[in-house]
Amino acid sequence: MKYLMFVCTDTEPDTDTENEPDIDVWVAENDASGRRLQGMVLAPKSSATTVRVRNGKLLVSDGPFAETKEVIVGFDLLQCADLDEAIEVARAHPMARGGRIEIRPLADFEQ
Amino acid sequence: MTAEAAATAEAVAAAAAESYPRIVGALIRVTHDWTLAEDCAQEALTLALERWPADGVPDNPGGWLMTVARNRAIDLLRRASVEQRKLRELAVLALTSEPNPAEPQAETSEVGDDRLRLIFTCCHPALPLEARVALTLRTVCAVPTADIANAFLVSESTMTRRLTRAKTKIADAGIPYRVPGGRALGERLPGVLTVLYLLFTNGYNANGEPAFADEAIRLARLLKELMPGQPEVPELLALFLFQHSRREARRDAEGRLLTLDKQDRSRWDHASIREAAAILEGTPRSDGPYALQARIAACHATAESASATDWQEIASCYDRLAKTYPSPVIELNRAVAHGYAHGPEVGLALLAQARAGGALDDYPHAVAAEADLTARQGDRDRAAVLFRRAAAVAHSESERRALLERADENAG
Repeated sequence: MKYLMFVCTDTEPDTDTENEPDIDVWVAENDASGRRLQGMVLAPKSSATTVRVRNGKLLVSDGPFAETKEVIVGFDLLQCADLDEAIEVARAHPMARGGRIEIRPLADFEQ
Repeated sequence: MTAEAAATAEAVAAAAAESYPRIVGALIRVTHDWTLAEDCAQEALTLALERWPADGVPDNPGGWLMTVARNRAIDLLRRASVEQRKLRELAVLALTSEPNPAEPQAETSEVGDDRLRLIFTCCHPALPLEARVALTLRTVCAVPTADIANAFLVSESTMTRRLTRAKTKIADAGIPYRVPGGRALGERLPGVLTVLYLLFTNGYNANGEPAFADEAIRLARLLKELMPGQPEVPELLALFLFQHSRREARRDAEGRLLTLDKQDRSRWDHASIREAAAILEGTPRSDGPYALQARIAACHATAESASATDWQEIASCYDRLAKTYPSPVIELNRAVAHGYAHGPEVGLALLAQARAGGALDDYPHAVAAEADLTARQGDRDRAAVLFRRAAAVAHSESERRALLERADENAG
């Protein structure tokens, strides 16, 4: 299955900073195993723009659409056997400690 | 109902409890279709209720049910216009060439135990907690949706939607149908035990569904048998058995809950108490949450009388519980235990500490504990006032009446 991993900040990061995983090692390992198909880091949220069309009218506004303190800072597309495997990949990401990670399967229209 | 019909109904019920999770589990494993698996297992049970009274209970009820459910699954798959139905049909057919599920000794590690797989999947942490409890009741214990809905105070249609959402998430999120291995097993087992604990407390609560406590005990026994070497499982089972041993003595003739000191101890289930004590004895001593709670329950269950209770041991168990798993209710119970072990002054001091954060404000048991400690300290007038205050915030009518009685006893 394909999962999109949203890498987010969190207002309460882990205070335990021992043995923090290295992001380069995480990328290299998951690229090598074929579990990470691609991934990107986003520019700061101050650069975000929200676009809506309502009644044919374009509405452009500044900032991310969700008014939360936690912001998405990057994403990775995973290929995993199941959710448990995706959870194991996510837990090893440094941002599982420094922030939080949301795992969403891609919709499967073949089903 | 004639005696014979009653015996048949009992045989179906026994076979259902034993076979249902095996059948559902095996069908999910090969079809990945939860609804189909449940429907087929349910239909097999219905057919058994129809046939067995006339034909007699078969020699191997579990095998009979499995065959009927499997044939029904093949029927349904043939009718479905799904591309992969041939594959799934073959998989379902293959169920008969597997070791007979009704003969436990025939199970191979290759197939593993479908019931265990089912339990771990129903209790997956990616599902909401209430859905895990409901799904376990429905899929592992075959409890009708309407009964689960009643117990959780929601309508049947709400519960049906909740169960459907959980099953949809299992499929869509790719929650594996598997018992986790290695490190993951240790990480996931506590979550499974939490579900069992909730199931038990729901059955044991004043307004709970008593059958759920029996289901929790049955599942704990099953886990103990299937997962030897996990000490938390027997600890939890012992805790359940100690608590459950009081089920016949917990209420007076009018159905009001009785505190431990007012219960007729000869009506406690002493076979259950002996079993629980033996289980605890056979488990390495630990300070896990279930071990400590089981040891506390053991002190109560094995005391000849309320006054012979080993409060020193109970107080020391609460000290350790409060250190590792701090919560306002644990702190409250700790204060009560110390009140009996070391005198009401010590209890009142600890109670004041426990209530300092404000978490126990208006919590009837906290006010009642203060009233009880105050009475034992000798200040009966103040105790009467406090018992009345506790009665005013009591959660149930029976609790309220019991507290008012204590108030009157002290007001004399």
